[in-house]
Amino acid sequence: MTVNGKPVSVDTEDRTLLVYFLRENLRLTGTHIGCDTSQCGACVVHVDGKAVKSCTMFAVQAQGAQVTTIEGLAKDGRLHPVQEAFRDNHGLQCGFCTPGMIMTAVDMIRRNGVMDRETIRHELEGNICRCTGYVNIVSAIEDAAKRIASGAEKVA
Amino acid sequence: MITYPFRYRRAQSVSEAEAMLKASSEAKLLSGGQTLIAAMKMRLANPSELIDISGIKELSYIRAGGGAVAIGAATTHWDVATSADVKKAIPALSHLASLIGDPAVRYKGTIGGSVANNDPAADYPSAVLALNATIKTNRRSIKADDFFTGMFATALEESEIITEVSFPVPEKAAYKKFPNPASRYAMVGVFAAKTKDGVRVAVTGAAPCVFRVPAMETALGKNFSADAIAGMTVGADGMNSDIHGSAEYRAHLVTVMAKRAVAEAA
Repeated sequence: MTVNGKPVSVDTEDRTLLVYFLRENLRLTGTHIGCDTSQCGACVVHVDGKAVKSCTMFAVQAQGAQVTTIEGLAKDGRLHPVQEAFRDNHGLQCGFCTPGMIMTAVDMIRRNGVMDRETIRHELEGNICRCTGYVNIVSAIEDAAKRIASGAEKVA
Repeated sequence: MITYPFRYRRAQSVSEAEAMLKASSEAKLLSGGQTLIAAMKMRLANPSELIDISGIKELSYIRAGGGAVAIGAATTHWDVATSADVKKAIPALSHLASLIGDPAVRYKGTIGGSVANNDPAADYPSAVLALNATIKTNRRSIKADDFFTGMFATALEESEIITEVSFPVPEKAAYKKFPNPASRYAMVGVFAAKTKDGVRVAVTGAAPCVFRVPAMETALGKNFSADAIAGMTVGADGMNSDIHGSAEYRAHLVTVMAKRAVAEAA
């Protein structure tokens, strides 16, 4: 598979979940394990451009696929506009859910462009923030979508 | 959580998948994996092999026409929820698909997997039963009324593979779901459909297996309005009872959700 643009080839057991493969084999620990039951969304990564829960997928299923993790969003030392917007809007408290929130946000903005707050909240139904910092997370996504739509930020 | 060990294989066609199933007594099909992998992580399932059918192109399609919507078994919930054809022909079905899990789950989970698993709280079985759909397999066609046989049980035989679910287009239909706020599974979901052959009301989440409510169907056949079933109750005997809700609570919800579904459809 290709992870964050780099080809990766590792021998691993068929039962290795994608999230463990990323964290333990590739040492990409930005992808988190929260609930481990595909409810909380801390483990969201993109597989062939779609946001999926990497705790509910085996690494071997992603053989040949393009995988993007939170580590792959920043380009040339510049944060992705969604990351930038999370920083500017204080879209995080403890930060544990943030990688999954951002990966989900990038996916929803790609599909929907600028959204109202209700749509953003609905799209976030598979991501849980135990600090309950949703107000600023929604603001960050709203802001990021506007920045991307206005062309002020280029998205790789 | 780590599953028991297993061997992973990819099938390129339905016939290859069938041959792989026949060659192993403990093999299971893997499509979206959104239920199976969770069960394997809890070590409730222990297949010796997983045969991945998610990449079989001939199983992923939506075809509307001839008074029906035919959906390939490996079609994702996402594709059903966002299909213009489904939205136009059976909006209640596309709405149902949009309520399954969350976006990440809908990208992976498939209609064939949901129907074959027959989880007591899954959404699709209610649509299959209420719309009198036909389940096509690599061997035969099975009517919805004969398909769901009990908790996690179906009429599927050894190495039989669902290839398509075909839904006749109803005159009116709606699905109303009371979701568990964490899992998004249905505490109770009611699919009500009015077709040229009559009214069908199917309930998921309430009991060990999806079921119809004949008394409501008869009443709605005479008068398709929420008022026609407002005074009806279903018994709590045999309803699911767990930390999320008692049997009595679920029985009560059946009437509430049925009224809402009919009001929306009518």
